[in-house]
Amino acid sequence: MRYLPLTDDDRRAMLGAIGAGSVDELFRDVPSDKLQSAPLDLPPFSGELQVERRLAKMAARNMPAGAGPSFLGAGAYRHHVPAAVDHLIQRGEFLTSYTPYQPEITQGTLQYLFEFQTQVALATGMEVANASMYDGATSCAEAVMMANRTTRRHRAVISGGLHPHYREVTETLARFIGFDLDCAGPDVKGEEDLAARVDDRTSCVVVQYPDVFGNVRDWTALAQACHAKGALLVVVVTEFVALGALKSPGEMGADIVAAEGQSIGNALNFGGPYVGLFATREKLIRQMPGRVCGETVDADGKRGFVLTLSTREQHIRREKATSNICTNSGLCALAFTIHMSLLGEQGFTRMAALNHAAAVQLADRLDAVDGAEVLNATFFNEFTVRLRKPAAEVVEALAGKGILGGVPALRLYPDRPEMANLLLVAATETNTPEDMDAFATALREIL
Amino acid sequence: MLNEGRATRPAADTAPVEEETLTGNRALQLEEPLLFEMGERDRSGVDLPEPPKVKSRLGGLERRGAIGLPGLSEPQVIRHYTRLSQKNYAIDAGFYPLGSCTMKHNPRLNEKMARLPGFSDIHPLQPESTVQGALELIDTLAHWLKVLTGMPAVAMSPGAGAHGELCGMMAIRAALEDRKDPRKRVLVPSSAHGTNPATAAAIGYTVDDIPEREDGRVDLSALEKKLGPDVAAIMLTNPNTCGVFEHDIVEIAKRVHEVGAFFYCDGANFNALVGRVRPGDLGIDAMHINLHKTFSTPHGGGGPGSGPVVLSEALAPFAPYPWVVTDGDTRRLIEHDRSARPFGRMKGFHGQMGMFVRALAYMMSHGGDGLRQVSGDAVLNANYIMARLKDVMSAPFPGPCMHEALFDDSFLKGTGVTTLDFAKALIDEGFHPMTMYFPLVVHGAMLIEPTETESKESLDQFIEVMRALVARAKTGDKAFFQQAPRFSPRRRLDETRAARKPVLRWRPPALPAAAE
Repeated sequence: MRYLPLTDDDRRAMLGAIGAGSVDELFRDVPSDKLQSAPLDLPPFSGELQVERRLAKMAARNMPAGAGPSFLGAGAYRHHVPAAVDHLIQRGEFLTSYTPYQPEITQGTLQYLFEFQTQVALATGMEVANASMYDGATSCAEAVMMANRTTRRHRAVISGGLHPHYREVTETLARFIGFDLDCAGPDVKGEEDLAARVDDRTSCVVVQYPDVFGNVRDWTALAQACHAKGALLVVVVTEFVALGALKSPGEMGADIVAAEGQSIGNALNFGGPYVGLFATREKLIRQMPGRVCGETVDADGKRGFVLTLSTREQHIRREKATSNICTNSGLCALAFTIHMSLLGEQGFTRMAALNHAAAVQLADRLDAVDGAEVLNATFFNEFTVRLRKPAAEVVEALAGKGILGGVPALRLYPDRPEMANLLLVAATETNTPEDMDAFATALREIL
Repeated sequence: MLNEGRATRPAADTAPVEEETLTGNRALQLEEPLLFEMGERDRSGVDLPEPPKVKSRLGGLERRGAIGLPGLSEPQVIRHYTRLSQKNYAIDAGFYPLGSCTMKHNPRLNEKMARLPGFSDIHPLQPESTVQGALELIDTLAHWLKVLTGMPAVAMSPGAGAHGELCGMMAIRAALEDRKDPRKRVLVPSSAHGTNPATAAAIGYTVDDIPEREDGRVDLSALEKKLGPDVAAIMLTNPNTCGVFEHDIVEIAKRVHEVGAFFYCDGANFNALVGRVRPGDLGIDAMHINLHKTFSTPHGGGGPGSGPVVLSEALAPFAPYPWVVTDGDTRRLIEHDRSARPFGRMKGFHGQMGMFVRALAYMMSHGGDGLRQVSGDAVLNANYIMARLKDVMSAPFPGPCMHEALFDDSFLKGTGVTTLDFAKALIDEGFHPMTMYFPLVVHGAMLIEPTETESKESLDQFIEVMRALVARAKTGDKAFFQQAPRFSPRRRLDETRAARKPVLRWRPPALPAAAE
C-alpha cells in the first residue's frame, strides 16, 4: 500500500522489540467478540488510476458552474481566482501543518493569520478580526452569542433580509444554548423598520449587507438606534467583494461584522469548506470567539506572532470557554489573504466595480424580458426577479439549456409559497455580455 | 584540472562564523516583512479590465476614501508566501508526533480529486439534476462511514470535530426533549479533550467529572455512583487520551443505557480502531469522525476540518439538515421536510464537500483491507516507541497502548528540565514536539502519536534522539534545554506580553493604536 512505509520485516522486528507475537495481541484490551476478524465489507485497496477513474466518473455527473453561463449567488459566488492562490496554498508547509501551537516553527501560518486579520479589519472598517470561523453562518450565530455575553441580554432581532440558512443556524443555537430571537419576515424590497423592534432587552440586531434579496441599505440610523438602547449592531456580509464598492459596516457603526469569505480566493466547492470572517471593536476583543493571532517578541527580541487570548478557549477553559469552537478555517483563510494580497486596493475596488457593472447590465437585460421584473431599487451584484412562472421550473428549464440561472427563492423559503415566482440572480466579473444575452434569450423562450 | 577560484574544500584557516548577518537572513532562513510594510497602493497582482460605465445602483452608498490595502505584484506575492511557508514545520517536512492530532501523510491524489471542476466548481444551490454526482459522492462517503463504524446513520454537515460534538450532543438533547425527559448532567472523564466539557456546557448541561483509575481508564464503580435519572449522556473518548482502550466500554454503555442516558463517543482517536473495531458494536449512540485525522484530509495550519457524526437508530431522526436520500435512480438533497424532526441546521450549506472528496479518495485508495492495516500499523508504531523508550522515560500506565504512547515527567524529576523544555529541544533536532501537558490527568504529560505513515527508520531516529536527550537531561545540563530552541526561525515567544497588551493587526506607523 503506497501510503504505508512498514515492510513485513519491519513489522516482525518491531513486534520483537515490543515482545508481542502479533499485531492482534496489541489489541488485547478490546473485548475479543468486538474485534473484526476479517476486513469489512468494503471494496479492496485501489491504485491511483482506479480511484481517479471512479471519482472522475462521479464528477462528470455534475454540471460545473464554469461549463456555461452561471448566475448563482445567495451566499456563494463564483469569482475568478488567480492561479497563484491555489499554487501557494498547496505548498506542503502550509497544507500539512497543524494549528500553530508551537510558534517557533509555525511563524509562516501565524504571520499570514496576522495579515489576514488586518485585511479583514480594513475592508470591514472594523478595528480587529479573528483568525476565521467555519463559515459565514456560524460566524453569524457566534456574533449573536457574543452580543449576548457583552450586553448580558438574551434576545436578538433578526432582519428579514438575513440569509435563511444563517437564520436557521442561529435559531438552532438559540434553541440549545437558550436565547431568544425576534425574526422579521422576508423583506424582499428592503423596507423593514427594525429600530422599532429594539428595546432595552435587545442584545443585538442582525442585518445583512447587501441583504439576501440583494438590497443595499444604510444601517447608520439603525446602529444609532441600537446604541441608544444599549444593543449592538451585527452586520452580516455574504458577498465580501461588495466591500470593495460600498461604504464599510464599520463606518455605519456596526459593532460586529460576521461575513463569509468564500468569494475571495475560494472555489464554490458545493458549499464548503468556506471561511467565516469575524471582526469587531477593539474594546470587545475579550468577548470575541475563535482563534486570534497577536504580535509579540521572541527571546532574542525579534518580532514574532503567537496565538493569543487563549484563556477564552476550550482547551484552557474547558466548560467555562467562550465557545466550543476549536478549529478555524486556516487554509481557506490563507487562500483569502493571498487573493487579497494579489488584488490590493486597486484590484479589490476594481473587482467590485466590475461585479456591480455586470449586475447592472444583467438586470437591465432581464428586466426587458416580458414576464420578468427586477424588484430591487438598489443592489450590488445580485438582485431579485419576479417571474411570470414558478422560479424552480424556470431554473430547471434553463439548466436544460446549459444555463445556471439563479436560485429560486422557494429553495431558501420552502414555507413561503407566495415567493414561488421569485428568482435570486447574481452576476460577477466571470460573466460575459454573451453569457447575459444567452440568459435573457433563454428566459424569454421559457417564459 | 583547473581549480583556480573554485575552492573544493573549506580553507583550513576559516574564521569562526559570525552570529549576525547584514540582512538578518540566515541563508535559507529569510526574514520577511509584513505585506503592509512592502505594498504600494498603485501596484496590483491582477490585471482587470476597466469596468464598463453603468448607472450606479448602490443607492448612494459608494465607498469613499481608501481601504488601506497594500498592493503587490504577482512575483512579490509568490515570494512573500514562499518565504512564509519556509518558516513552518509540516508533515511533508518531518516527523510530527503530535498526540491526539493524527498527523498522518496527506496524499496528493486527494488534492487532485477535490479540484476536479465537477466537485470544486459546483454551486451549493444548483438544481439537484445538475449535482447528482456530488450527491452520489456524499452518499458513498456516508456509506463507508456507516460500514466502518457499524452505525445506521450519519450527519454530514459539521465543519470540524468540536462542531461534530455539538451536533451529536444537540441530537441527544433533542431526543431527550422529544420523549419529554429533559436531563441536567453530562458525565465527562477528567482525561477528556477540552472540547467535550465546553460542548456540554455550551448547550446547558452541568458537567460532572468522572475520575480515572490507576490504569488510566474510567472507574466503573465511580461512574455508577454518578449515574442517575438526571444524566443525559456520557462523553467518552476511546481509545482514551491516555492512549489506552477502555476495555469496560461495553459495560459502560450498558449502565449508561440502563439509566436512560446516551453514550457520546469522541471519535478523535478512531485511527486506532478503523477497520478492526466498529464503535457501533460497543454500544455508542453518537460519534464524530475527524476526516482531517483518520481520513487524511490536510490540517491546513488549523482547518478547515470536517466532522461528520454517526448516529444510532434512536438519534438518527434528529439529525440536522440537510441529508441525501435515494429515490430510484436519482438522489435528492433534503433541506426541508415537514414529516421529519431534525434539530436544526449546523452550517450555511451542506458540509465540507471539498473534504468529503479528499476523505473518499483516501478510503478508496486503502480499501477495507488497507484501512485495517492502517490501524494495525498505527498501533504497532506507537507500541514500538513505547517499548523502546519506557526504560528511560516514565510511562504512567501499563501497556499495551493503542495508537499513541503517553509518558509523564517523572523521569525528569530533579533535573530542573520541564516537559516544555524537553519538547523545545526536539525542535532543534528537527522534530515537531509531541503534545504536552495533555491529558491533564498525568503530570507533565508527553503524548506521542506516530501514525501509520511513519517508517521504522524515522521512528528509530526519533527514538535515538529522545534517548540522547533524556541522558543529557539527567546530566543536569538544564541550560541546554531552557535555551531551546536555538535554530528555529524564532526562539521562544513572549506569550504573556501578547496576551496582556494584544496587538491583533498591523497599523500604519503614523497612527499608533486606535483611539478608544
